[in-house]
Formats: sequence, structure tokens, C-alpha cells
Amino acid sequence: MIGSDTARREMGGSGRATGGDPYPAETVPAWLHADGVGWGVAGVRILAGVALTAEPGATVGLLGPNGSGKSSLLRLLAGLARPNSGRVLLDDVALDAIPRRALARRIAVVTQQVATDVEMSALEVVLLGRTPYRPRLAGVGAADLDLARRALAEAGLAGFEQRRWSSLSGGERQRVDLARALVQEPDLLLLDEPTNHLDIRHQLELLRFLAGSASTVVVTLHDLNLAAQYCDRLVLLDGGRVVTAGTPVEVLTTSRIEQVYHVRTDVDIAADGRPRIWYRGRAT
Amino acid sequence: MNLRAARSLVSASGLPAPTPWDSSPPARISRSGRYLLPLALLLLLVSIAAAVSVGSADLPVDSVLRAVASHVGVPVHPLPALPDSIVWDLRLPRVLLAALVGAGLAVCGAVLQALTRNPLADPFLLGVSSGASTGAVAVLVLGVQIGAGPVDLTTGAFVGSMAAFGAVLLLAGRRAGEPTRIVLAGVAVSQLFSAVTSLIVISDAHTQDTRSVTFWLLGSLTAASWPSVALSAVVVGVGLLVCWASATALDVFAFGTDTARSLGFSPGRTRLLLFTVTALMAAALVAASGAIGFVGLTVPHAVRFLFGSRHRTLLPTCAVIGAIFLTWADTVARTVFSPQELPVGVLTALLGVPVFALVMRRRTGTP
Repeated sequence: MIGSDTARREMGGSGRATGGDPYPAETVPAWLHADGVGWGVAGVRILAGVALTAEPGATVGLLGPNGSGKSSLLRLLAGLARPNSGRVLLDDVALDAIPRRALARRIAVVTQQVATDVEMSALEVVLLGRTPYRPRLAGVGAADLDLARRALAEAGLAGFEQRRWSSLSGGERQRVDLARALVQEPDLLLLDEPTNHLDIRHQLELLRFLAGSASTVVVTLHDLNLAAQYCDRLVLLDGGRVVTAGTPVEVLTTSRIEQVYHVRTDVDIAADGRPRIWYRGRAT
Repeated sequence: MNLRAARSLVSASGLPAPTPWDSSPPARISRSGRYLLPLALLLLLVSIAAAVSVGSADLPVDSVLRAVASHVGVPVHPLPALPDSIVWDLRLPRVLLAALVGAGLAVCGAVLQALTRNPLADPFLLGVSSGASTGAVAVLVLGVQIGAGPVDLTTGAFVGSMAAFGAVLLLAGRRAGEPTRIVLAGVAVSQLFSAVTSLIVISDAHTQDTRSVTFWLLGSLTAASWPSVALSAVVVGVGLLVCWASATALDVFAFGTDTARSLGFSPGRTRLLLFTVTALMAAALVAASGAIGFVGLTVPHAVRFLFGSRHRTLLPTCAVIGAIFLTWADTVARTVFSPQELPVGVLTALLGVPVFALVMRRRTGTP
């Protein structure tokens, strides 16, 4: 996959740029920092005092039970909503100080599926990701088309260019969404439960891709083993607060998992140094 | 990098190249689509010429062309006074107004359907037509005056539309850019203005007035004149341009507010702008021709179904197809029961419903 370490080696070690590439690697992984972030709607507090740091190029997993505030936090990190307290910094600049269009060239978001009924092809949907780079009235250029085709291939959808959006399955739509985010050439890529419609093969491929991506990545996940295997750092949320943050080994311990998820587990450390979680049933 | 290279890259990274599971029709007729718009424009011109030649006094198309040519300064032998007047003073303004109203309503409908993500949205969603009828009835029945002189029906209707849209914005409040809010406000205001209309009609009912209001409300192009053509041309032209400039935003709105924001758009502001532009367009068109239904609802669905939903092509195509549709609908309305005339709104409904049903049945694969 382009942008992943594997692909880079196979393409001659020069990153994304190959002969005649109209888009030299523009991704400069961002440094993301949030502190004291609080947020709520209609008087209900959803997040309180959340702090989080994503180092440039890192893959950070957000974990937590349903309703723990993962998706809300991701929206705040994306600048889609403004925190009621605290701040979110992208390379030391507050998000609300960056104009929306400029932000769209640096942050790409894959949200949870919104059911839509559009008569557009997969390729046309992916091309929407290039709008932050295009003058308002300009049409789609050959370079945009080329980039969009490659992004679809990256998402494992080569040959799907002309397929109608309405004929795609949930998992395929999710991967088209990913491709649309990739053509934004983001410095920071945010994904809200991107694995929830994918089969196991595509889950593994997606996470391997994210782990190897040049961008900084923040991703919400439910599967603790996938998170342990592919993320550099994990942030465990519960009730809108950060319970703990750190490496997978630090975060995913038997006692923490029982405290937050009320589930009994055994945790081994595998040969690769990553924790493996074995579920033993509900905590009593 | 071409597609094959991209595919081999995928295989090189250890993944089998996936294949699409069937060969469903392409989402867009990309190659033939390029010729579609010029072709439709040509068809529109032919339709206009043909529509002008049809009527109680049949005039051959070449006479029509001669009359038009002589009026725009081409040195041709002019027609006799009577046929010339029929073409230039009666039929041409009416046919052109029909085309403009059809174009404008179809564009309004397409934009509002995208903004609200509601397939049932039409140009009169935001209270415009009920406001227009209240204004028209107030003028006809009560003889309302603005300033010194009496007001004509058209002005009354326009003022009524604007009052209704103003009420919608007020009711929707600060978050008027949210589709659900503004649609609900539109429903409420429409009901209110309909009630006021009924009240006026009942309080002071002259049968003749009621009849003419009803006729006008169903939509009719009998009042066409060169000034109304010019005004509608400006309104439709400017409106289409503004909407077309927001074409990509309209594409993106289908994927939700968060996605629109993350791609650099300001959904609230853009929606409010487009709601206002479409309301102004619809108000001006309703004032010129009454509330002609089903054009704004049906034409966008048909065009979207045939040529895909990218608004860059959808909006101009809707304009041309809407123009052709209403040109022919009005021609039939004024000739089929000649010398009696059918309100064109009755005809658009009769034609629009089957088209709508067909599109609904043929639509595939979505929950």
C-alpha cells in the first residue's frame, strides 16, 4: 500500500514520490495535543478534563465502552465541534485559529457511516476529498483523478471506480470513505470505528495500513486485541474521562479492563512485546 | 501511476487484487454525458419554436422564425401585422416564461432536495406558495393597497411569499441552517398562511374572485408579458449561477454535516444562503405564474436517475429539462381544450405523478 513502509520499500524507498508523480509527498505528520478538554450537549457533560498527545506519525487508539465519549472526543480533535473548555492544538496552533479549508488540507476524518442515497460513483465520492485543494469553480483535473484511483486501490477497491455508491456494501462504503480521506493528503487522520463493517481480513489490512501510514493517526476501536497489536499508544476512556494512557502493555492490564469494561480477562505478552487479551467472562 | 500499476502495487504488498462482484451499470454515462447538455439545449430551442407555432391560429415554424428575426433586427421580410403580433406579443413571451419557470422550479427543487436530504422537497417547501396565495387573495378580495396605488396580483403574491419566508426564518431562529428546523418551520408557516387565505376568502367571498384565485393558484402562464419574461430571466439566471457555484457543497451535503465540515465547507452558512436564494427564485416565479406543482419535485428525480447526482451537471441539466417539460406542458394546456384553457398545474401533476412513480419503482438497491 502506498504510504506504508512495505510499499515504500517496494517503490524504491522514496516514499510516495515515484517517477512523474504529480503529488510529491505532502504529508508532514502533525503533532496533536489536547488538554483539559471538556464538552457537553444540552447540559449533559460528555467529556471532562481530557488530555491526549499524539506524536508525529504515531498511531493512537481511543478505547472505552459505549458512551465513554470516544466519538465526541474524535469530533473535537477534528475541529468538527468546539470544546466548552480546554484546547486542541495542531502543531502548537489552536484548531479554531485555522480556517476551515486550510484545516481540511491537514485533517481528514472518517466518521461512522451516515446512510445516504446518492447516485454517485465510488470514484466521484473519492474525488470529493480533493475539494479543499481545488479552486471553488474548477473542475476535476487529471492529477486529481489519478490520485483518487490510487487511493481506491489503496483501500482495496481497484476496479470499483464506476460502481454506484448505492450498490456498495457497508464495508465497501467504509473503504471508499477511507479513500476519500486519503486523497486529502492529511497530516492527521482521524477514524471513528473504521472497522465496524469490515470483515476480519479488511480489518487487519486497514490497521496495518494505518500503523504504517505517514500521517499521524487517531482511531477509535472496540477490539482490544487489534488495538494492542497495531497502535503505538492507547488512551482508555470511561465516563468522559481518561482512565489511563500509554503503550498497549501499560494500558491493557487485567485490572484496568475489569475496572472499565467489567469483564474478566487474562493478558499475556506475546513474542512481539504486544499484549494478548483472553476473555474469561463477565466480572461479578 | 495508472490503474494497472496501482493494482500490481496492491498485489505486491501481499494482497490479492480484488475484483468487483458484478458489472452493474456505470454510475454516470461519462462519455455520452458530455454531449447531453448541448443536445438538450438544442431540443429546448426546437421546442420553443414549435410551441410558438402551435395554437388556435397555426403558424408555420418558418413564419415564427421570420417574426422573431425581424424583431431582433435581422433584415428579413416581416410578417403581416396580425400573425406578427400573435408571435411576438402573445405566444413568444408565454412560451419563454414557461421555459424560464420550468427551469427555475426544477433547479430550486434539485437544490432543496439536496439541502434537506429529503426526496419530497419541492420549491414551495419553505412557505413560498402559501404566502403567495395569501398575498394574491389579499389583493384580489380585500383590495389591499401598498403606498398610494392599488397593487397588482403579482406584486401581492411576491410580497406574500417574502413575508412567509421571513416568518420561516424567524421561527427557525438562529440555527436556520439546520435542515430539520427550517423544514418544520416551513410546514408550520405554510399551514398558517393557508389558514389566513381561507379566512380571507370566507370572510369576503365573491364567486368570481374565488374562481380567479383558484385558477391562478393552480398555475397559469396566461399573464405572461415581456417584462415578466425579463424579470424571470434575471432571477433564474442569477439563481442558477449561485446554486451552480455551490455544486460541490451540495454533493458533499449528501454525506452529512460532519463530512461537509471536514472537507472545508461551512454547512450552516451555505445552507442558509441557498435556502434564501431558492426562496427568492420560487417567490419570483410563483408571482409570475402561480404555484405550478410537480415540476420542481419530479424533474430533479428524473434527471438524477438518468444522469447521476453530481450537481455540476445535475443543475444545468435540470434547468434545461425543466424548461422543455413546462414548455410542452403549457402548450398542451392551452391547445387541447381550445378555446378553453386548462390550468397548467393540473397538467404537470397529471404528467408528473406517473414519472415520479416510474423513477421510484426503478430506483435500485437502497434501503
